[in-house]
Amino acid sequence: MSIDMEMEEILNLFFEESFEGIDIMESGLLTLEDGADRETINTIFRAAHSIKGGAGTFGFMEISEFTHSVETLLDEMRNGTRSITPDAIQVLLQSVDVIREMTQSAQAKTPIVMTGADALSGELARILAQKVPPGAAPAAPSIAANAAATPPAVPPSGTTTPAQAQPTVVAVKRESNPEPAAPAGPLEAWRIVFAPDPNLFKTCNDPMRIFEELANLAPLEVTANTDALPAFGLLDPTQCFLSWTLLLRGPVEQSRIVEVFDWVDASSKIVYEPIYGVGQAGAPADRPAAEHAQPPAARATPAADAHPPAPTAAKSGGEAGSLRVATEKVDALINLVGELVITQSMLGRFAEKYEPSDIEALRRSLAQLTRNTRELQESVMQIRMLPIGFSFNRFPRLVHDLSRKLGKKVDLKLSGENTELDKTVLEKIGDPLVHLVRNALDHGLEAPDKRLAAGKSETGTLELNAFHEGGSIIIEVKDDGAGLNKERILSKARERGLVDQDAQLTDDAIYNLIFVAGFSTADTVSDLSGRGVGMDVVRRNINDLGGHVQIFSVKGQGSTIRIRLPLTLAILEGQVLRVGKEIYVASLVSIIETVQSTRENLSCVAGRTELFRHRTDYIPIIRLHDLFGIEPDSREISDGLLVVLEADGRRVAMLVDELLAQQQVVIKSLETNFKQVPGLAGATIHGDGTVALILDVPGLIRTFLEQQGMHMGRAA
Amino acid sequence: MSNSNGTPANPNASAPEAGRSQAGSHQYLSFFLGGEEYATDILKVQEIKGWDTVTRVPYSPDYLLGVINLRGAIVPVVDLRVRFALDKAEFDAATVIIVVHVAGTRGNRIVGIVVDAVSDVYSVPADKIQPPPDVIGAVDHMYVVGLASLDDKLVIILDIERLVLSSVGGENQAAA
Repeated sequence: MSIDMEMEEILNLFFEESFEGIDIMESGLLTLEDGADRETINTIFRAAHSIKGGAGTFGFMEISEFTHSVETLLDEMRNGTRSITPDAIQVLLQSVDVIREMTQSAQAKTPIVMTGADALSGELARILAQKVPPGAAPAAPSIAANAAATPPAVPPSGTTTPAQAQPTVVAVKRESNPEPAAPAGPLEAWRIVFAPDPNLFKTCNDPMRIFEELANLAPLEVTANTDALPAFGLLDPTQCFLSWTLLLRGPVEQSRIVEVFDWVDASSKIVYEPIYGVGQAGAPADRPAAEHAQPPAARATPAADAHPPAPTAAKSGGEAGSLRVATEKVDALINLVGELVITQSMLGRFAEKYEPSDIEALRRSLAQLTRNTRELQESVMQIRMLPIGFSFNRFPRLVHDLSRKLGKKVDLKLSGENTELDKTVLEKIGDPLVHLVRNALDHGLEAPDKRLAAGKSETGTLELNAFHEGGSIIIEVKDDGAGLNKERILSKARERGLVDQDAQLTDDAIYNLIFVAGFSTADTVSDLSGRGVGMDVVRRNINDLGGHVQIFSVKGQGSTIRIRLPLTLAILEGQVLRVGKEIYVASLVSIIETVQSTRENLSCVAGRTELFRHRTDYIPIIRLHDLFGIEPDSREISDGLLVVLEADGRRVAMLVDELLAQQQVVIKSLETNFKQVPGLAGATIHGDGTVALILDVPGLIRTFLEQQGMHMGRAA
Repeated sequence: MSNSNGTPANPNASAPEAGRSQAGSHQYLSFFLGGEEYATDILKVQEIKGWDTVTRVPYSPDYLLGVINLRGAIVPVVDLRVRFALDKAEFDAATVIIVVHVAGTRGNRIVGIVVDAVSDVYSVPADKIQPPPDVIGAVDHMYVVGLASLDDKLVIILDIERLVLSSVGGENQAAA
């Protein structure tokens, strides 16, 4: 049982690290497009290598094998034996998607679908075959470039080969196009060059044991190379200065040899070279079991294209998740807990012996306790805060793929990636942002020729920006495209009966129409956008997070979509209010202002909908006491206070008896033990231990309007 | 949602040791309600607490008094008197809330039930429990497991799980 649990934990760690690695590969590959630098390729290679290793360890052979072929390609790029072409990058990017999908399936414990991998394996094989590095002689059979560079003579010296700046494990791969003249008799022996990393011993490897194991497979000849041995005085006995050439005389399968070296880490250099007997030419009977049997260069371009870029599904559910926390945040917590313990012992002293003269000291200690508690609360909240960069970093890829597809030129600018927000908010804001970015690319930015015609630069700009403002975080998606076409939106809305034919709407009201379900102005439905689903989902998701969306747009100059979100979902800046004997909390973000009304400001429509004149607008009045069945102090509107609330672009005035304190409240779920209640977002606990309910302002407005029978079309 | 919302371990797991004092017999906590004695499987009971301020929740049926704060958890409270259509009693210092935990579709849920007074803990052999007649006073027989006659008195054994879940509702809501 507990071993299973541990295994599960380790597995989860593997998945977490693999997804991280996949992201690293992706962003690295995107940087490569702008110009290759050695470090980037190394980073990508390392990420691929750890994914391969981890997947192999956990028995996800499909992932490990596929990643291996990707790694081979990367390795050649890294060694400079292959140039980095856009074509190759594109295939590698697609491979990253495939690895991600396979890993996701593995995580979901569903069978790994190989269609994507198979298609891409062909593509990879094609690229690998396409350009054989110039140095590789046609006679060299089945050996990767580095292996060929190693002198085949008996006393080689792995460490002195000039091309070996970074030692690597070179695996034999099958060439798609074997040279018919190659002396391909039966496999007779293996020559293995083993040049370990100097730290070999520290990784608990004993070469003696490795050799003994090899000797069990077949007769073994070992030649040690002592060239690298330093003078005796300089010799560090914990380092390995030797390298070996092993001659394994027998037709052993390569996989069995590789197995023996399994635990030797990647920084050691191992070259396996098969030695074939002469005679029976042309019969490559016992070809070394190539680790990745690729179908002979099946060009599968259409299949690869049919594979859409990174479907971000399959990530829902399972919100338990784990959290990576910066060590400094944990250290801060430990410090605070230390202080708390000190304060506690100070207070404990008073319990043992109290004298009236101690009152001042007691007061001081209590003040300190208050401070500690507050700091502790803040630090704990900090743990859940993550930089929004985690959400932003998927966009370079998305924009790259989409702009290619749409034939538009886009310059993506990210700023404020370090702005922190709650993990839950961060996870839930990802999909709405993807929608908005896609929309901006598809509808907002124009094609290059149109942009030139409009006197703009050919390349459009898309900006993603995040920053703090007050107690909220603002995320902006800004494009310099065509802007929203008010007339089109209005005429479409009229066509669909969403607004009355002769209704006069403000700009804001028109822009808000695009959030109505089923609304789309796109003339053609593409697979990107235009179906009219999306924007309503965007707004709903954002509202669910307690935030709201605003649109600013100037025709011909672009649009900005501004999302305002609370910093955290666990704590709410609340306004405590009272109706009759009952206490409720409303989110401060949704409150515009609170006013005492006079009779002149009130009017009544159709005998039931009461309206309040707020500045120039008439807004409906919600009587919270009627809605919730409370006995209020007074039913007279002018006796109470009107709290002007806004949500979903609509305003209402809520009648309450009294406003109490403004304070931060901790949000507790009503649902855990109870159920969802319309108009309520949760509950919180007061200082005196009683429960106060938190109003769900958007839900409240919806409930109220439904009761009033008001139609969606009467926006704003 | 996991099954361990800070509630005690799965009651079924500990049933053999704690619940049965002897073979075939089970322990029940009994309480008074309108002069009658009712009982519930003691393993469903988490704790018994005194009367506490209950916050009313809008749109709730009248037997649902509201929610209380149970060490940071928001717990709904059902007035069993009202649930069984008995006369409403005044709540005073003697009124107690039996906190039970029940397995809902979304995981364990904690619910308080208000009763007149807690009475006793009985060990009842399974063969002493008779199936319920169709109507037992005010209680729908679907919430009754059976009747047990103990020391010349009749105790109504309730299916507290079913009773509480039907009272509190929210079983079909998806977990948020």
